[in-house]
Amino acid sequence: MLFALALLGCKREQRQFSDVSRPTAADNGITMSELQPGPAVIHSNFQSPYEDNAFAVSEGKRLFDQMNCSGCHSHGGGGIGPPLTDDDWIYGSDPQNIFATITQGRPNGMPSFRGRIPAQQIWELTAYVRALGGLQGKAIRTTRDDHMMYKESEQARDKGHPWPTFVPSK
Amino acid sequence: MQCESAVRNSVIALAIALNACSGIQSALDPKGPKAAGVLHLTWFLVGTATVVYVVVVAMLFYVLRRGSRSSVDLDHELGTEIIEHDRGMKTWVVAGTVLTTIILIGFVFVDLSTARSLSTVGGAEPLRIDVVGHQWWWEVKYPDPDPQNDIETANEIHVPVGRAVLIKMKSGDVIHSFWAPNLDGKKDLIPGHETVTWFRADTIGVYRGQCAEFCGYEHAKMAFYVVAEPRIEFERWLAQQRAEASTPGDSLAQDGERVFLSSSCAMCHSIAGTGAGSNNGPDLTHLASRRTIAAGTLPNNAANLEAWILAPQTIKPGAKMPANRIDPGSLRALVAYLQGLK
Repeated sequence: MLFALALLGCKREQRQFSDVSRPTAADNGITMSELQPGPAVIHSNFQSPYEDNAFAVSEGKRLFDQMNCSGCHSHGGGGIGPPLTDDDWIYGSDPQNIFATITQGRPNGMPSFRGRIPAQQIWELTAYVRALGGLQGKAIRTTRDDHMMYKESEQARDKGHPWPTFVPSK
Repeated sequence: MQCESAVRNSVIALAIALNACSGIQSALDPKGPKAAGVLHLTWFLVGTATVVYVVVVAMLFYVLRRGSRSSVDLDHELGTEIIEHDRGMKTWVVAGTVLTTIILIGFVFVDLSTARSLSTVGGAEPLRIDVVGHQWWWEVKYPDPDPQNDIETANEIHVPVGRAVLIKMKSGDVIHSFWAPNLDGKKDLIPGHETVTWFRADTIGVYRGQCAEFCGYEHAKMAFYVVAEPRIEFERWLAQQRAEASTPGDSLAQDGERVFLSSSCAMCHSIAGTGAGSNNGPDLTHLASRRTIAAGTLPNNAANLEAWILAPQTIKPGAKMPANRIDPGSLRALVAYLQGLK
């Protein structure tokens, strides 16, 4: 019985190394508003391949610094760009919305990264941004920071009070 | 038949074992004073231990044989036998303990004196090289008093023969270990802490090194090459590496440069003399001058470059290089450009 229980410990998360994303489906299907000219179109229901995946979230965390997201969003707390740790999402919090925000760019400074970052890595960034906002599963932990000051993993951090200076101009 | 195959297998096994005695990645084939010093120490320890082992086993067999002969007399003069036996045994135990202690302390002295002599850099004015370990490749820099002469390359270390090389090492992520068995022992690269080692290559040749501290998925594919060449060739290599990237010659390569600068390549790699200046991945300024790509994983040729750009995750799963969606024409141009970066 105990042995059977111990065997459960062998189960570990699958790491997706190969590119399993389908960028065009998600990129083209996302609009910023429900209002549109002409008849209704079928929206993409493509699901992010990297939801609730600790490895993807950790890779996203690495890319968040490497691609200089931190330059404006400052490790999620906001600065030049809006904070990503609260539940106020200007352009939507679904994985597809965040993917579209990164690929298409947004007004007031968010550049478009289409063709600059491969789709797979954008999905990983998306997974991390959602972890910053506390939208990933409870068990999803990122790799810890390299500095000495201990901080709770992004997903589990207190989401209460992000950087207060940014007021989005709507 | 069975016997034949057994003989054949053991011959093959022996050949493989002997193969380890020489070659471009073997601690048993030293090409410099450091590896030689370590090997001498190894042979001394192994030789002494072998002599001790043979003597102990010989004595054991001797005692076993003698014991079976004298057991008949035991009943008659049991008392004196035991006393004599005790006395004899005490002598042997004391002698054995003293001898073992002397040998072990001797080992400590030999070991420490070897370490001491090898820790001093063997040669005046050593060449300075900085190595940074990354998951899973080696960043190599040659700092120069004049900063515009600094050069940066990856996974390939050129050194002049006969000149000592002083290597300062750091890690960009986790603990790695720098190990070129023909030249040097292992030295760890620790995040947030600088470690130093040195070596000297006394024979011209290309030696393979390898990360020797498990550092994640592709630890096994984190190799590097040390190219020990005559001083003149080394200076020529240095001058070539100092130059900015060569401008693409034909229109195909010019297209390739455009692809490189306008796609995701430039987000991670740098090519001196162009707009690409990121340092997340290896510097590609003189990519075509290197022997391998992906840290010793593949020979550096057009087919492998194409495969690596398209699907690095099938070649080296977990590598930080992402798969790229790129049309065949652009890919051909890109590879033509990269192959022109001599």
